[in-house]
Amino acid sequence: MNIRIIPRLDIKGPNLVKGIHLEGLRVLGKPECFARYYYENGADELFYMDAVASLYGRNSLLEIIKRTSQEVFIPLTVGGGLRSVDDIRTVLRAGADKVSINTRAIQRPELIREASKAFGSSTIVVSIEAIRKPDGTYEAYTDYGRQRTGVDVFEWVLRATELGAGELVVTSIDREGTGKGYDVELTRRIAQAVPIPVIAHGGAGEPRHLYEVIVEGKADAVSFASIVHYHYIKHSSYDHKDFLEEGNIEFLRRRTGFSRIHDASLPQIKTYLVQHGVLCRNEATEAVHA
Amino acid sequence: MRDREGIHIAIVDYGLGNLFSVKNACEFSGMEATITSSRHEMLEADAILLPGVGAFGDAMESLVKLDLIGPLRDVFRSNKPLIGICLGMQLVMSESFEFGKHQGLGFIEGPVVRFDNQGTSSGRLKVPQVGWNRILKAKNGPSWSGTLLDGLRDGAYVYFVHSFYVKPLNPGVILSVSEYGGIEFCSSLRYQNIYAFQFHPERSGPQGLKIYQNLGPFIKGQKGLTQHANA
Repeated sequence: MNIRIIPRLDIKGPNLVKGIHLEGLRVLGKPECFARYYYENGADELFYMDAVASLYGRNSLLEIIKRTSQEVFIPLTVGGGLRSVDDIRTVLRAGADKVSINTRAIQRPELIREASKAFGSSTIVVSIEAIRKPDGTYEAYTDYGRQRTGVDVFEWVLRATELGAGELVVTSIDREGTGKGYDVELTRRIAQAVPIPVIAHGGAGEPRHLYEVIVEGKADAVSFASIVHYHYIKHSSYDHKDFLEEGNIEFLRRRTGFSRIHDASLPQIKTYLVQHGVLCRNEATEAVHA
Repeated sequence: MRDREGIHIAIVDYGLGNLFSVKNACEFSGMEATITSSRHEMLEADAILLPGVGAFGDAMESLVKLDLIGPLRDVFRSNKPLIGICLGMQLVMSESFEFGKHQGLGFIEGPVVRFDNQGTSSGRLKVPQVGWNRILKAKNGPSWSGTLLDGLRDGAYVYFVHSFYVKPLNPGVILSVSEYGGIEFCSSLRYQNIYAFQFHPERSGPQGLKIYQNLGPFIKGQKGLTQHANA
């Protein structure tokens, strides 16, 4: 089975952002440019997360999704602030193929059943934001890692699967944005417990981390942001002049990235994985729209 | 009312599936597309796309409720291309065993069956299959040249999301096969004016888009033939 390689785009307003532990968000640029670049370089899917939607109840993502889905022909998953079957329908109508739900699903688990009945299980990705506790258990968080719930992650993933989740995206909040590697144990325990695909997210700092969470963590797909975002920022087609009004200019001008992230392109990542025996779609060099 | 020079596609809306990515792929490939459940629009269009995700039984029920079985049968009897995608491919078969036994549209003889995720050698077969997989020319199958798969690489990666697959009784209709968990299944077929794909060409990157890009010239060629025959 081919492992899916999924760049993650965290969105705040019109901008692509990146933080650490889902906090301290830094503006990186226009999400459309990153999306197109990743599509042309062999991304298997794209995962969009509206970083502030569950806090402020707005969804600025729709316009971005509309524009992207007209020129990017791979699956798009969209999450952040989706509260109802109607919200989900709105995002799908904008061109998303799947949606990711967390906060409202924990508050009202029946949403998973209603949504999977209305749109098919394969459309519904349940997002798990996990923080490891000192005793080795994991607690589910909501609202982009801001709100604790008291819910045990391993009980919740079974319940979510029963209710009709088609996939799980598992984010380790502890690792997110750190570049220290995925939480392999968290991923493995979930992947072995559920019959549906598990997407590992949070902590990737170099291609080796992807390999580890695929082989040891049994992940069916891997999602990551910094590795490829910081690579694209160095790329000639990235134009930082677009973001002069957004702050963080010194960081962007220096184009240095974050010290713990060893950036890489999608073809470099896929080549690394294939060389280490991981199966994945690797035809990134083919001409796009030839 | 409509510019008859352009190619017009009717995307059948029966309440299931992401029709918008299908519409985007049509438009990107230079065709007009309407998402519709109107019999009239279906019969007016140059080709009909039947997409869909979800359960077979629910889908058939919706088609009955929306009174779309008759129009789809009319399309099948015409020489207009009828293109099934994912669940739409399964619906053109005679029957499915998803949550009990359900009658399909019955345009192609053969059942729709589920991947067996028990007893695989790897022990890791996840159902549904979600992700990219290769399509290969069927052994002794027809050449892809002149079909909607014209120009795709033998072994091209395309995007699948499914738990069930079709088993046509006549293997001659199989255009491509794919393999999942040691099971070889039919991933594309052609029978009379029907084309059907188990994968999602509109989510399969540049390779998948070629199918949409082939559709316009294919329809134009057919129209030419019809006009010639009528002359």
